[in-house]
Order: sequence, then structure tokens, then C-alpha cells
Amino acid sequence: MKADIRTPLGRVRGLGSARDGTGHFWRQRLTAASNVPLLLYFVVFLISVQGTGHAGLVAALQNPLNAIAMLLVVISAVVHMRIGMQVIIEDYVHAEGLKILLLMGNTFFAVFVGLALVFSILKIGFGG
Amino acid sequence: MADLSRKSARPLSPHLQIYRPMLTMMMSIVHRITGSALYVGTLLLVWWLVAAAAGPAYFEVADGFFGSIVGQLILFGYTWALLHHMLGGIRHFIWDFGHGHGAEARELLAKGTLAGSIVLTILVWIVVIILR
Ligand code: HEM
Repeated sequence: MKADIRTPLGRVRGLGSARDGTGHFWRQRLTAASNVPLLLYFVVFLISVQGTGHAGLVAALQNPLNAIAMLLVVISAVVHMRIGMQVIIEDYVHAEGLKILLLMGNTFFAVFVGLALVFSILKIGFGG
Repeated sequence: MADLSRKSARPLSPHLQIYRPMLTMMMSIVHRITGSALYVGTLLLVWWLVAAAAGPAYFEVADGFFGSIVGQLILFGYTWALLHHMLGGIRHFIWDFGHGHGAEARELLAKGTLAGSIVLTILVWIVVIILR
């Protein structure tokens, strides 16, 4: 499946300029692929609950299929966007200190968004 | 042997601003901009869903905002950013599999991404309004 395109030395070091070898490249493509059906589902879900109020949204998320699909949306999007933003930071920010700070901030943001959404979906899904 | 004198005749790496803006290049930049907008926009979803988890009173505030003119405009923009970024991503898949690298193909893909994202966004919002 996942072809390893690193040189033997690169593999031994397990590093690249991003300190992560080809892992990020692959995961960015993997999540881009899963994002297509998941985000399309997300749009359909939002349209289906528009105007149904709090009760409507809660009822929809108490259907396990919706809750599970929404959790997948969140996980796929958050992993994808964290890697994407890391690439952007590495492209434009060359001062080492600032770069590390922004990369940390990027991870904190992604973890916060992911956790807040997962918790909310689970809380509603489990009934309240 | 390498002819060092020829080195000086090579073009220097030019800066972005000396290129005539091209559609393909704009689409590449827009893919990055839409990705960033989607990134920041996840906070809107956090607000909406955390409010829903907090209870009906909190939810009314967030949901009321998204129902307002400003809220609807933001959601319309987010829809376009998402669909444009999605089509741009599919374009990347086509390239990753080794297709569509020719000049004409790239131009066609760029136009398709732009036109497709606009048409799809309008279609989605027609459905939104019909089902309202
Ligand atoms: C809907 C399906 C999606 C697809 C098919 C997709 C596809 C892609 C691809 C292929 C890339 C890499 C581009 C490159 O290598 O230059 C990318 C970058 C990126 N994506 Fe997505 N994406 C999707 C959804 C999202 C979402 C929902 C977010 C944010 C919440 C997001 C945020 C980003 C960011 C920040 C980047 C980095 C942009 C850059 O490096 O220029 N994407 N996306």
C-alpha cells in the first residue's frame, strides 16, 4: 500500500526537513481523500437540520449513524487542516523560533477544535 | 566540463510580482487561501455545536447569528470556499496520479475548478432555500 520513497539513510534517521519524513505527505493525501465524501455528507447534514432548532439538531445527532459520521468528519478535517497549516507555516516563516511557536499554536488550535467538537457530538449523542 | 561562464546567462529565479497573473497560478493561491479560511472557519462550527451541547438557550444565540443576513453571507462564503477547495483537491489527485500536467490540461482544470465551484455553490444554496 504505502510505498516508502525515502532513501535508506533517510529511513534510518526517520527525519526530513519537517522532522517527519513522508508521513505528513501521505496523511495529507489520505485525509484529503476521506474529506471528499465526509464533507459532502457534512453539507447535506447541515441542510437537513436547518430550521429544526435545538430539538431537531439533538434528535439528528442522537441517531448513531449521524454522530459517527460527524465524528469522522471532525477527525478527518482536523488532521488534514493541521498538516495543511504546518506546510503553510513552513513555507513562509523562516525564523526558527517563530516557526516553532506557530507550529505549536497550530497543533494547539487543531487539538482544541477537534476535542471541542468531539466532546459536543458525544455529549449530544449520548443524550444530553 | 561544466562551463561556468554560461551560468551567468541563466535566468535568476524571478519574483512572483514579475509574472503576468495566470489562472492556474491564481487557482493555486486560492486553494491555499480557501484552506486557510476553512481552518479559521472551524471555529464557527465549534461555536454552534458547543452551544448546542450547552443547551437550548446558548444554541438560540449561535443559531440566530447563522440565520441572520451576516451569518447567511458567511455560510454562503464558507460553502464556496469548501467546494472550491474540494475541487482543487480533486485536481491535486489528478496530478498525483500523473495526469493533467500539460499546459492545456492545467488551464482546463483551473477553469473547471472555478466554474464548478460557483455552479455547485449556487446549486447547494438553491436546495438550502427550497428546503427552508
Ligand atoms: C473537502 C475536501 C477536501 C479536499 C479534497 C482537500 C484537499 C486538499 C489537498 C490535496 C491539499 C494539498 C494541497 C497541496 O499539496 O498543495 C490540501 C491542503 C489544505 N487543506 Fe484541504 N481538502 C479538503 C478539505 C479541507 C478542509 C475542510 C480544511 C479545513 C478545515 C482544509 C484545509 C487545508 C489547508 C489549510 C491546506 C494547506 C493549503 C496549502 O498548503 O496550500 N481542507 N487540501
